[in-house]
Amino acid sequence: MEIIQHGFSTYIKKHWKTIVFLGILLLSIGLADQYIDSYSRRILNLCAIYTIISLGMNLVNGFTGQFSLGQAGFMAIGAYSVAIFTVPIEIRPTLFYLEPMMPFLANIQLPFVAALILGGLLSAGAAFLIGFPCLRLRGDYLAIATLGFSEIIRIVFTNTQTITNGALGIKSIPTIKSLWWAYGIAIVIIILTILLINSSYGRAFKSIREDEIAAEAMGVALFKTKMTSFMIGAFFTGIGGGLFAALLGTVDPKQFYFILTYNFLLIIVLGGMGSISGTILASFIVTIGQEWLRFLDEPMAFGLDLPIFRPGLRMVVFSILLMCIVLFYRKGIMGTNELTWDFIGKKLRTIKSKFSKKKSITQGGNKK
Amino acid sequence: MSLLKTENIIMKFGGVTAVNDLNIDIKKGELAALIGPNGAGKTTAFNVITGVYAPTSGKVILTTTDKFGVTTTVDTTGMKPHKITNLGIARTFQNIRLFKDLTVLENVLIATHHNVNYGFLSATLRLPKAIKGEKKAKADCEFLLERMGLIDLKDELASSLPYGQQRHLEIARALATNPQLLLLDEPAAGMNPQETDELTALIFKLKTDFDLTIFMIEHHMDLVMEISDHIYVLDFGCTIAKGTPSEIQNDPKVIEAYLGVDANVED
Repeated sequence: MEIIQHGFSTYIKKHWKTIVFLGILLLSIGLADQYIDSYSRRILNLCAIYTIISLGMNLVNGFTGQFSLGQAGFMAIGAYSVAIFTVPIEIRPTLFYLEPMMPFLANIQLPFVAALILGGLLSAGAAFLIGFPCLRLRGDYLAIATLGFSEIIRIVFTNTQTITNGALGIKSIPTIKSLWWAYGIAIVIIILTILLINSSYGRAFKSIREDEIAAEAMGVALFKTKMTSFMIGAFFTGIGGGLFAALLGTVDPKQFYFILTYNFLLIIVLGGMGSISGTILASFIVTIGQEWLRFLDEPMAFGLDLPIFRPGLRMVVFSILLMCIVLFYRKGIMGTNELTWDFIGKKLRTIKSKFSKKKSITQGGNKK
Repeated sequence: MSLLKTENIIMKFGGVTAVNDLNIDIKKGELAALIGPNGAGKTTAFNVITGVYAPTSGKVILTTTDKFGVTTTVDTTGMKPHKITNLGIARTFQNIRLFKDLTVLENVLIATHHNVNYGFLSATLRLPKAIKGEKKAKADCEFLLERMGLIDLKDELASSLPYGQQRHLEIARALATNPQLLLLDEPAAGMNPQETDELTALIFKLKTDFDLTIFMIEHHMDLVMEISDHIYVLDFGCTIAKGTPSEIQNDPKVIEAYLGVDANVED
């Protein structure tokens, strides 16, 4: 008993900063949930959802080093499974007016959580099927193959009229209002990812990123390990996609063009390939940044009638941002580091020492 | 009893025959060496044995003994490298291939991943089995690092180690896979005479302490002649000689391969 108590108190002593931080975080989510307007609520929800999906992508691209671009497809699977299984049965005939819904699907309605998890599992299943041919490829070839499969998923969804309602999409999905859904799930997924990455399996992922030949020679089963990572990534993405559908209240195939994948690619490159905290930071920066830069899309920015301010400029600015990162800041915000207290302390110290150096230099200058 | 046997291995890359009719028979507990001039096909032979390449023809046969003394004979020809590692062959690389951005301890821990007996779910949720396995793996790896004199550096990045220690780390990592046969690809490459001596002593000690059979490629003849029981000499993919160090030293074919033919050879 004493030992347990002792262990507990040392645990508290070691992690009190993290515990306090988590407490403040939960409290602020709770407060925000009570008081913010629906516009900010939507953006904050989107931040959390993008965090989930980007983590799924970073697990494959950043930690396992497999350049996969199938995110939009996996997201679509998650989104559609939430859409199909949570829309109330009585309004389904009004949605599926071109062709009626498949009989055995038409009468199944699942609770939101079940549909969400089912979406994740279906997405992981799709990853399993896609991974079989694709994960034997490397580098660019893998990227192209996964991109192709993600498009195939979208096109299949456009054409399966009786299941997905084709190009008409599915509307009236019961939406989530509270911030807790997205943030609760995001926090759980962040914790799971951290635990996974610091386990033996996480090390195996990283060994493949570092050197495939050496990893294989050390007994890491390449294909199996890549597949594990790919499927877990797809599972997270599917869940993110499900939340996305429940946030918007409507899905249609056009939302899941491969362009969507580049959003997440931007996030993981900006945050740092192989950094969980970098991904979280970048998800917020990119999502909020995209909203905040919306004024660029409007014709009358700054009261001047400049012809360049037209819809699309926002994306141009974002592309330039991405190019700047790739050119000058290749490892992203965090590189492969994590935002731990040690890391922050180290950074602060280096900044401090830089300042004191500058001071001493200027003082030296004054003496002259 | 032979541990590793290769039967008439031929490895062709297009029109080039890198290894031609290689017959190796390594007995359990011995220290064998593979020597030969540059481009003789030594590393290719290693790659065939460890499964990096599937040979064009021929067989690789491994006879392992488990801890109960039961022997099993497996034809490992064309098996995937990780399976061969599981069976008990570990290797180091000629051009060091460490996981550069990971710490020294993590490098060694990765080599224990193939014996995890729990799934990724229990690893993620930190179930008791996973915690126990992780603890044991860590203890084993720290013991190995201690043996290789790297324990103080266990939290450093592998890329930050000096060259000699990177070589040591590669050996430690190979040992962590718990091998019966250790393949060392030029362990002393780039080392000065003193470091080579230290390495010689170390290899010898590891061999007895871990009950290993060692097969190595090496260019330092002093090292090879001092510690090996058997030597195979390759030239242009063909085995030109095999035997004990003293036999090899006096073999005219070997001398010819290394020094070239004298115009006025007189016996």
